Amino acid sequence: MRIRGSLILALAVLSAGCSSIEPWVKPYDRENLADPIMAYTRAPISQDFLDHVFESREGSRGATGGGGGGCGCN
Amino acid sequence: MISKLLNMGLRPFAITCLALGVAAGFSLPAQAGVLPEDRADLLYFRYDGGGVVISGPSVLVRKSIGENVSVAANYYIDMVSSASVDVETSASPYEDERTQSSLSMDFLHGKSTYSIGYVNSDESDYLAKTMFAAVSHDMFGDLTTISFSFKNGQNEVFRNVKIADVKQNDPDFQEESETKSYSVSVSQIITKSMSMSGQFEVITDEGFLRSPYRSVRFFSGPDTQATQSEIYPNTRSSNAASVRAKYFLPYRAAVDVMYRFYTDTWGVVGQTAELGYVHPLNNNKWIFEGRLRHYSQTAADFYQDIFPRADFANFMARDKELATYSALTAGITATYEFKIERFPWLSKGSLNFRYDYMTVTYDDFRDARFSFGRFGIPPTTAFVPGSEPLYKLNANIMQFYVSAYF
Repeated sequence: MRIRGSLILALAVLSAGCSSIEPWVKPYDRENLADPIMAYTRAPISQDFLDHVFESREGSRGATGGGGGGCGCN
Repeated sequence: MISKLLNMGLRPFAITCLALGVAAGFSLPAQAGVLPEDRADLLYFRYDGGGVVISGPSVLVRKSIGENVSVAANYYIDMVSSASVDVETSASPYEDERTQSSLSMDFLHGKSTYSIGYVNSDESDYLAKTMFAAVSHDMFGDLTTISFSFKNGQNEVFRNVKIADVKQNDPDFQEESETKSYSVSVSQIITKSMSMSGQFEVITDEGFLRSPYRSVRFFSGPDTQATQSEIYPNTRSSNAASVRAKYFLPYRAAVDVMYRFYTDTWGVVGQTAELGYVHPLNNNKWIFEGRLRHYSQTAADFYQDIFPRADFANFMARDKELATYSALTAGITATYEFKIERFPWLSKGSLNFRYDYMTVTYDDFRDARFSFGRFGIPPTTAFVPGSEPLYKLNANIMQFYVSAYF
């Protein structure tokens, strides 16, 4: 019962937090982030080849995608 | 051919091709609500290290269709010439070729991007077909992008033999394997000059995972050695987690860092750390980039440089990619950007040259050429098996590529 109460409270706090999130970096403040030099991968064809070189020679694999960078400017 | 790739230090392409699902021009979108820009790239690469030379072209074209669809196609050829340390101790030098083609599509819908793709890799003794799908979504005022992806690879393994002096697939050998990958990543804008991202990926393999050619060595007497085929488990599961950050410096330059931690059910634990710096010069016509990457790993549980006796364990490997070692790679990229007045449809072009130097130091993989000799010719002064110098690998990696943006 106590655990369930805690969960409900946590969910309430989280959902309240989500609804009140305001972008702390406004779209007009993202000039630096939009600069092409801020891309994690400027040339996919080159990075893919190098990832291939590393992955072919190492025991490790995966989690090299990075998930991006850039900004929400458009 | 796979043996040759493995012999020169390459891993099974079941894994490689999975990674190259990304190489199809597919990557988790930086921002889900925006399609990647239209571009075409032509790359020539050359890897030269440890007696192995790999070179070839790669072409990548990405084009939008309407406002909500972007298509990417990639064609890639590996031309391999190998006389690596493993090849020298057990086989003849060889040459071979692998071709890979891929197609991917991104669909933009609101703040979400849906991606699908297919990769086909073809070489004389290994066929791999990989499908992938991903979804990315922007949220919280586009400060956060969350992405999920799934990949599935079906691989067929053959073994090349010489029959009547003609290289062909062994009619008595055909194996299969399957690879699956599940990934989740989050990209987050931290400040107006800094972004971060994290990714977690689980990869599972099932089927024939070893080389059909490579052997382990064992003591056949106090100072003598012999070989037998490797024995691998039929399954492997790995977890990899990475985090990276990029920061825009006040004078228009950028610095980035990355760290990845890796574990798998074979006992390999790997750590990767990378540092990069990008600096434009001469009114932004030139962009220079420097990069330093360090990698280290512990050996697989069933790896040994030389086993005490034949059939010593249920699983036995002597693949140096499963050994304990560390590697350092330093690279520099120079980019020259230009515009051509006569081609108004070309928004920007660039000429790029990238050079990387890689050095690998093995802790428990010895250079068996000092005991076996080379290509069947014993060394003049042979080392006792297991006492040879540790192996080191140095490689030069060069890339030249032209990019055009439309």
